[in-house]
This record gives sequence, structure tokens and C-alpha cells, in this order.
Amino acid sequence: MLLSKKNARVFFFGGTIVTFAVFIVMSVQTLVKEVPVKTHEENLSKEVIAGKKLWEANNCMGCHTIMGEGAYYAPELTKVYERRGEGYIKAVLQSSVPWSPRGRKMVAYNFSDREAEDMIAFFKWIGEIDLNGFPPKPEYKINKNTK
Amino acid sequence: MKYKSQKVAYWFFAFAMLLLVLQIVYGFIMGFSRVGYDVLHDFIPFNTARAVHTNLLVVWLLTGFMGAAYYIIPEEAERELVGIKWAYVQLISLAVVGVVAVVGYHFNYWEGRKFLEIPRPLDYLVVVNVLLFLGLILGTLFKSKKRTTTALVLTLGLVFAALLYLPGMIWFDNQTTDSFFRWWVVHLWVEGVWELILGGILSFLLIKLTGVDREVIEKWLYVIVGLTFISGILGTGHHYYYIGAGKMWLIVGGIFSALEPLAFLGMALFAIAMYRKGEKKHPNKIALNWTIGTAIVAFVGAGLLGLAHTLPQVNMYTHGTLVTAMHGHLAFWGAYAMIVFAFVSYAMPNLTGRKLYETARGTYAFWLANIGMMGMTVGFGVAGVAQVYLERKMGMEFGDVQNEIKVHFYIVIACAAMFATGVGLYIYEFIKYGKPNDEALIPENTPDNAALV
Repeated sequence: MLLSKKNARVFFFGGTIVTFAVFIVMSVQTLVKEVPVKTHEENLSKEVIAGKKLWEANNCMGCHTIMGEGAYYAPELTKVYERRGEGYIKAVLQSSVPWSPRGRKMVAYNFSDREAEDMIAFFKWIGEIDLNGFPPKPEYKINKNTK
Repeated sequence: MKYKSQKVAYWFFAFAMLLLVLQIVYGFIMGFSRVGYDVLHDFIPFNTARAVHTNLLVVWLLTGFMGAAYYIIPEEAERELVGIKWAYVQLISLAVVGVVAVVGYHFNYWEGRKFLEIPRPLDYLVVVNVLLFLGLILGTLFKSKKRTTTALVLTLGLVFAALLYLPGMIWFDNQTTDSFFRWWVVHLWVEGVWELILGGILSFLLIKLTGVDREVIEKWLYVIVGLTFISGILGTGHHYYYIGAGKMWLIVGGIFSALEPLAFLGMALFAIAMYRKGEKKHPNKIALNWTIGTAIVAFVGAGLLGLAHTLPQVNMYTHGTLVTAMHGHLAFWGAYAMIVFAFVSYAMPNLTGRKLYETARGTYAFWLANIGMMGMTVGFGVAGVAQVYLERKMGMEFGDVQNEIKVHFYIVIACAAMFATGVGLYIYEFIKYGKPNDEALIPENTPDNAALV
């Protein structure tokens, strides 16, 4: 047999150490050089951070996606600020009955003005992140509405 | 079994099965919500069901791995587990944390980060719990003179899995950084260190079930886990394409993700080759089915279906759609759920002394569960691809698209019913085995392939 168990072990440990080292170097580069620029870290205001806390405290990702991450039960919210605008978002978040466009229910969060504004600040900040072209722009625009 | 302390594995398996049942129940709640029957919305809204569904998955698989480790390590180290009472304490504390977390999800007590929803205070308890587990495993290994590759790979997997839990416990203000480290946990678990655990368990099962020489099996185990890490670590890049990280991840992530199926292909070929090479087969046909099955379904679900959407050009459109759910279901089932099933099927006759090696019920369980899961995967896939075209290409509203693809979820639910029937039969068989007992003990020096000769 060409390959001995010893060679196989060297392949495993050697390969792991090399790729892990490359991974760490790339991660540091990303976190130190790229993320602050691409996410406009200077705009991370108190409100945005409060919005992120609300986002997590209510597990919004359990239905929606943001930056393509989450569940797939409710709309992708990366560009929601641009798409819907403040008024609409506020109405959804402050609704005291489940918001259910097209039949699918959202939890009625009944947010205060402060909370809704923090959430909107978070969405606005998210919407401005450079996501390498995500979400893709549709090639057509269909306006069918099934209600 | 050769050592009395291996009996603790049974209780881990039993707890894992219980959680699996709950996971499936919550899966049905979500399935019905998707076709419009969200009757439980006021008590169990979708985000609660979803958090419960995915967290129970993680917890029952880990419970299964722990049970397998408590069975394997004494046999590989050739001695009883150290501090066996603590293993029971560990199980009970794990159950308590699990129950508190799941109940908490129903009362908005969580951290809304996909897969890592367990609230921070409970995270610390998880850490203590896992340290206790590792202490018992490592303590047993240190007290033994025998060090096998199978035990080493399994233990490395468990230790790294514990270490990688930690980056998920840090708070970051920046959503991108938060997500970046969340994938250190989630991706490096399932496409990294969990594969070591899978490889270790698979290697143990192949040694026991095929009678092929340990040295041959363990040599290939190194090659496979080597391929896993070489492709999987930099393959993390496929989660960094579109979350605010740099463009170099598109290239590095794309290339290394494309290599990820190789590890799974290697595993499938390896399992089949060892099965064919083994001249004397173990009479436990059901365990053998699950063992070879896990290697093949992992290749299809984790390897091929993963590859189907990790190319950056494709992922641009499929990222954040039901295509991910398609891949996720078959990948977790094939790579991790099935290896736990394989191990439980192997261990139960040895723990209880009842040799239900080739029952009709066990065989139906295998085929129904697998065909059901394949059908669900196809259902998610069709819905996902339709969603991609309608929403991302044609620009239809999310909600309209969901109404268009609703019909596919009836198929998913029907297939899930078949899957659940298979799992139900499997669990019924598990119950039929009864509890482990000392009469099932065999002499310590019985060779690995004793059942074969």
C-alpha cells in the first residue's frame, strides 16, 4: 500500500493546521479592514444597537431573513427601509393585532414609539451595508397581488 | 457490551429519542402554518416553533453523540468509565437546561440568533455541562494505556465542538461581526468538527460490523477527516459571501465549498468498500443498513445538495430561500441523525441482550424514514427553486410567491407523515428492546469481531 497510516495522519494534521492558519489570517483581515468599511461602522448609533437588541430579543430571524439569514417564513428585510419606508414599518411594529398581509400572521408586537424608531434605525443601517450585490435586483417586475 | 458503565448510553439515547419526537411535532406545526393552518399562532407562533425545531435538533443530536461516546470510549480504552455517577448527573442537568430553554422559547426568553437561540445565562450552564462530559471522557482515556485512532478522532471532535461553542457567546454591536462569529459555531460544527464525531462513530461501527482490520479502517478515517477540514474550514466562506465581508470570500469560499463533497464522497466510498471487503458480516442487518445509509445520504444531502447552491453566482439567488431548507433537511438527516440511528441500532442488542437484528419493523422504519425525508427534500427543493425564480428573478412580492408555492407544502407534509411513521416505528422498536441489563455483559477480552465468528 502506497499510503501508510502515518502518512494519512500527517495529511490530516498538516492539512488542518495549514487551512486553519489561512482561515484565521483571512478572518482578521475581514474583521479589521473590511467589515468596518463595508458596514459603515461609524454609523452604529445607540439607536441601531438598541434595534439589534430588539431584533434578537424577539427572534425576528425566526420568521424573517436579514442579509439572507434567518427563517424563510416572512419577507427578507435587508432593504425593507428602502422598500417600505418608515411609516409602513412603524405601523407593522406598533400594530396591536397580528399584521397579516396575504394571509400570513406576524406576532403583534405593539412596540412603543422609541422601540419602533430603534428598529427603523437598525433597518436603515442594515440597508446601507455593502453586501457584494445581495439581494439581487429582479430582472422583471410583476405586480400581481393575490391579497 | 463489555463494561457495566456503558449502560449509561441507553439513557442518553432514550432522551435523544424523546427530543426527536418533539422536534417532529414542531416541524408539523410549521408545515401546517405554511399551508394556512396557523391555528396555534397565539401560543406557538412560527418563530417559536422554528427555534424549538432547530434547537431540539442540535440538542438531540448532541445527546446521541454523547451517548455514543459513553458507549465507545470504554470499549476503545478497555476500561470502565470514570465517575459513572457523574454521567447520570450530566444527563439530568442537560435535560433540565434543555427543558428550560424550550419552555422559555414560548415566553420570548431567547436570543434570536439562528441555531444559537439558547439565552446567555443558560449558555453558561451548557458550558459547565459539556465540561463535565469531556472530563469524564478524557479522564477515562487518560487512565487507560490504550489509545486508538477512533477514540482520538471522536474525542478531538467533541473537544473542538465544545471550544467552538464559545465564539457564539460573545455580544457584538455589529450585525455582520455577529453573523461572522455565529458561523464559526454553526458552520465549523456541522461542516467541520461534527464530521470528526461522525467519522469516529462510523469507523467504530465499521470495525465492529464488517470485521475489516482496524488499521485499514483508521487509515482511511484520517484521510476522510483530513479532506473534511481542508475543504470545510475555508468552506466557511460560503456563509460570508453576502453578509458584509470582503469579496475574497467569494473566491476562497467558492473553491473550497466545491471541494466539500469530496470528504462525503470519500466517506460513502469508504463505507461501501469496507462493507464489501468484510468477509464476515455482523448479523445486525439493521445497524448495517443505517451505517451504510448514513454515508450515502450524507454524500447526497450534505455534499451534493450543498454544492448545488454554494457557488457564489448561484448563492446570490438562493441565499435566504427555501433552497437552504432543502439542503438543511437532508444534510442533517443523512450526516447526523442517521449516524445516531445507526449507533443506537448497533448498541441496543448489546446493551439489552435482545437480538432484534433483522425485524420487519426495523426494516420498514429504515425505508419509510428515508423515503419520507427524500420526498420532503424534493418538496422543499421544488418550492425553493420556484421561489428563487418568482421572487428573485421576476420580482414578485414575497407573500404572493408564498401563496404560489403553498401547494408544494402539502407534499412536504405528506412526506413528513411517512417520515414520522418510519421514525415512530424505529422508536417503537427502541422501546421493545427494554432496558439495559447486566446479563448482556460479555467478557472484556472478546475480540472486536466476536459476533462475526
